[in-house]
Amino acid sequence: MKINDSVDPKEDLDTQRVLPHRNFGLLTINTIVVIVVLLTIYSVADNKNYGWPIVGENLFDGLVLKGLMLTFELTVIALILGLIFGVCLALMRLHQSSVLRWLAALYIWLFRGTPLLVQILFWYNISALYPSIRIGIPWGPTFWSGNVNSIITAFVAAVLALGLHEAAFMSEVVRAGIQGVDGGQIEAGKAVGLRSRQVFFMVTLPQAIRLIIPAIGNRAIAVLKDSSLVSVIGAAELLFSAEVIYGRTYQTIPLLVVATIWYLVSVTLLTLIQRYIERMLANKARNADE
Amino acid sequence: MNKTRETGNAVITIKNATKSYGRHVVFSNLSVEVEEGGVLCIIGPSGTGKSTLLRCINRLEVLDKGAVYIDGERVGCKKEGNHYRTLAEDAIAKQRQKTGMVFQQFNLFKHLSVMDNITLAPRKVLGLSDSEARQIAVGLLQRVGLSDKAKAYPSELSGGQKQRIAIARALAMKPKVMLFDEPTSALDPELVGEVLTVMKSLAAEGMTMVIVTHEMSFARNVATAIAFMDGGSIAAYGTPQEVLDHPSNPRVRQFLSAIEYS
Repeated sequence: MKINDSVDPKEDLDTQRVLPHRNFGLLTINTIVVIVVLLTIYSVADNKNYGWPIVGENLFDGLVLKGLMLTFELTVIALILGLIFGVCLALMRLHQSSVLRWLAALYIWLFRGTPLLVQILFWYNISALYPSIRIGIPWGPTFWSGNVNSIITAFVAAVLALGLHEAAFMSEVVRAGIQGVDGGQIEAGKAVGLRSRQVFFMVTLPQAIRLIIPAIGNRAIAVLKDSSLVSVIGAAELLFSAEVIYGRTYQTIPLLVVATIWYLVSVTLLTLIQRYIERMLANKARNADE
Repeated sequence: MNKTRETGNAVITIKNATKSYGRHVVFSNLSVEVEEGGVLCIIGPSGTGKSTLLRCINRLEVLDKGAVYIDGERVGCKKEGNHYRTLAEDAIAKQRQKTGMVFQQFNLFKHLSVMDNITLAPRKVLGLSDSEARQIAVGLLQRVGLSDKAKAYPSELSGGQKQRIAIARALAMKPKVMLFDEPTSALDPELVGEVLTVMKSLAAEGMTMVIVTHEMSFARNVATAIAFMDGGSIAAYGTPQEVLDHPSNPRVRQFLSAIEYS
């Protein structure tokens, strides 16, 4: 049997150009969307109430930049606290001791189940609950004691609230990562004689980290934005600085635009860092799914 | 050394082993022994507990009743007066050094290079130096014919190459016994041969092996004993000639004709 029976040898398919299908529906949708977007941009640029010149004047204002720095500081500290504490909580959730599992579940239930704003206010007012603390042996000698009101500044309350709230979310991320590692990898680790602690640190954790990097990136973005909530207790982060300035000048909208711009710049920066880390890890292990 | 032996001279002794998942009894009251240098091939229909039995030998699964002894030492338990007590995790990990295991799905450490896959346990468990462990790995890579792959990552290897590296990884711990859990079942047909060749040479060198397999001609050529598992027990046991060539058990005959082995 000849394979080419049905093909006319004179017909050269390579020289025949194939034009794309004419999709008028798609063309119409694209046109409408472009018009709507252009109109929106025009209305934003044209609306004097945005106060673009004032936005420009305040974008690099010293107070705004100081607020931005504090926002970064709070984000980084809360993330580190959340990650360390979150790994501990995840390990407790997966521990063979039912008491530890239960304790971790209780923590997550409490800190994930209440609004961050409420937690921030609680920490800021904690001195009403515990006016003073002391470090020492119960009913024994005191080594150090202090006035809670002076220890828990707005900054400390903000760090505590953001970090402890974040730990609850991070522990779920880490737990999912650990559980997402293929069971065969753990069995292989045991089969070559590694102790369970070695299996965890040399096999499970390195693979779990790669799985949770995208989720940690998401959490970083969430923390950065949520840090604006601590403006309610007067921690002078980005939003608070904007509020201070418009409280003085009554230029509310332009200053909110300034804050918005900086939040977007920061989130974009975090996204780029996240992408870079993901690519670095991928290159390091050239790890394809098996 | 023989003072501590709790069994006869066999390297592996499985005594009255029973395992069930919930109400489902996988196997019950099953006993079998493997002599030094013996190659036991476990064959039989799927779902009859062949892999489970294998995984009980190095305590990846725990028997409900009965016992496994390697070198006369009970796996996972220690004699304490006139009863037994379960060993701590670390002690069980130490016992696992005596058994190398090769999995159907290879299970190479995905995040490590071939070299690190092989040297991880010798370094971390046996405490060998980097150069000592590397020396062992180089020899093993040569032996499985993959000297050029030391720097490769598992995802860059074919199935047959992965399985040969997995064998090298297990051998690096100088085990007394090698356990193979359907080592060629996940391979493309043209890659099966290279893995079986390595296993044959191991058997020829006198390695004690337990192999769960569907490769009948391999079992026929290499096994010193064949156990046919069916219905939660060893339905037929003997030399390859006895079990495969002149099967007296009708279930063995039915199984062999179903997989078109003649």
